[in-house]
Amino acid sequence: MEHSLPMQYPCSPARDRACLCHPALVLRLCLLLLSLAWLAAGCAGQSASSAAAAPTRTIENKGSDTLVNLALAWAEAYMEQHPDARISVTGGGSGTGIAAMINGTVDIANASRAMKPEEIAAAEANGISPVEFVVARDAIAVVVHPSNPVDGLTLQQISDIYTGRIANWREVGGEDRPIVLLSRESNSGTYVYFLENVIRLGDAKSPLLFSPDTLLMPSSEGISAEVRQNPNAIGYDGLGYVTPDQKVLAVARDAGSPYVLPSVETVNDGSYPISRPLYMYTAGEPGGEIKAYLDWILSDGQALVPKLGFVPLR
Amino acid sequence: MNQPQRFRWAEFTIEALIRVLGFSTIGFVLLIFLFLLREGLPTFFEVPLGNLFGTRWYPTFDLFGTLPLILGSALVTLTAIVIALPLGVATAVFVREVAPGWARELLKPMIEVLAGIPSVVLGFFGMTVIAPLVRQTLGAPTGLTAFTGALILAYMSLPTLISVAEDALDAVPKSYRDAGLAMGATQWQTIWRVVVPAARSGIVTAVMLGLGRAIGETMAVMMVTGNAARLPLTLDSLFRPVRTMTATIAAEMGEVAQGSVHYHALFAIGIILFLMTFLINLAAALTIFQKRRRGGLR
Repeated sequence: MEHSLPMQYPCSPARDRACLCHPALVLRLCLLLLSLAWLAAGCAGQSASSAAAAPTRTIENKGSDTLVNLALAWAEAYMEQHPDARISVTGGGSGTGIAAMINGTVDIANASRAMKPEEIAAAEANGISPVEFVVARDAIAVVVHPSNPVDGLTLQQISDIYTGRIANWREVGGEDRPIVLLSRESNSGTYVYFLENVIRLGDAKSPLLFSPDTLLMPSSEGISAEVRQNPNAIGYDGLGYVTPDQKVLAVARDAGSPYVLPSVETVNDGSYPISRPLYMYTAGEPGGEIKAYLDWILSDGQALVPKLGFVPLR
Repeated sequence: MNQPQRFRWAEFTIEALIRVLGFSTIGFVLLIFLFLLREGLPTFFEVPLGNLFGTRWYPTFDLFGTLPLILGSALVTLTAIVIALPLGVATAVFVREVAPGWARELLKPMIEVLAGIPSVVLGFFGMTVIAPLVRQTLGAPTGLTAFTGALILAYMSLPTLISVAEDALDAVPKSYRDAGLAMGATQWQTIWRVVVPAARSGIVTAVMLGLGRAIGETMAVMMVTGNAARLPLTLDSLFRPVRTMTATIAAEMGEVAQGSVHYHALFAIGIILFLMTFLINLAAALTIFQKRRRGGLR
């Protein structure tokens, strides 16, 4: 009965709001109830469908963002050839894939770095012994803005740039511009690989770290967007993710060595210094469908690898 | 005879439902806080305090210095409020005091629509449009700076700030305005000398709520601030990249091993963030209570 009271006043602004408020409140309540009901229905539906899907088992494949496009291409091609196979691929980063492997929620974890000893220990504590497969190779390209006159850097120069010892492009033969450092987030496998093999130059005891001024980008797209529009920037990313509008630098092992541009040939013959293997991990020795899939990846599947900018094993 | 009986029953159910929902909000907040404590408190035993409040955040190498993150969040948020406060109060004054009726009816829903723009859209806009602008016009090495983040955050906290400030102005009794005008003050003088000061505590609340909105924002900030965990203590820090607490949690939480030191450290940041927003909201609530105690407005 109270509800009708404000209506009798021809409205001052405050009263107006009071009138409006009531239907809105009721509407919101209804929406809330509806969404709750929908959630409940959703949960029920989900459990029903997963029960139905049990006979044709899905291979869960998760991990490295570097590998995700390749893993998708593999899954699509394989499912085309084997219509009864079900493979679901998700990205998220090497750490995500490995964490999922440790928790036993995936069949195959993709990683752009090897599992650390403590991660293997954590998996074994959960009764899972991960088995490692090298499925392709990847080269990390160092990229700059297309207008940057610098063509090549040595590993030592790249290390000095990323630790902040070299802070101006002039010092490596470029224009008088500050250097803006771009990196992937610290949980990306690319980050760890770059730190260990470029910044620390492969010396495990080196205390060197990324300069605190390094911009950590949450995605490859973040890096390429900044490199495209900022002439001060230097970035690194998997060769498969470098777009034509970025300039790729040639890299030399040391001042006396030749500067080499990354390509399928130079990575395979080992002349390009920043390349790495890409891994898939299975929980225990694979069997059945998972084994068939991995065997296919290591044989026929390799034909797809160069199409995505990676380097095949043979 | 039967009619009123059934009506009361329905009323009772709805009241009870609303009561349960209302109290469950408190329950959820408590549970979330307990969860935060359970996951985050171990950090304070696992990581020495000197490290935890140190200046270097390299979680992959066991350096958990949260100071750059706390200061980064503070810098971005405070700058955002400094930008948003004059704009927001001026807009509220315009909408409430100056604009003709039709303009007010148009502006108010528009301002509320502003609040509905997803933050990832604003982040993308900031990354592709504002960041290059900031770099070119301000000559910063990169456009992904604390300032860029503050601009986006100011924009995001404006709707909250305007709505609450406008409500505060609305609560100033008409007699104040009449008195001001009757004493021969112009409309401008009445607004700035009488109405706005009378609504001061409400405006402070608006700022606090805007602040709370800004400090918790994640996605847009992560996309435009560059996420470099440097200590923002130099004078030019505003125009250099920073890393905020929210962006750190969002960027790293997805990929940390559950139960690791890093995982606990991220929850510890969550606790710090929770305490900061809690204090801000408490301050906002206190100004409201103060206003009530004075027995004046509202």
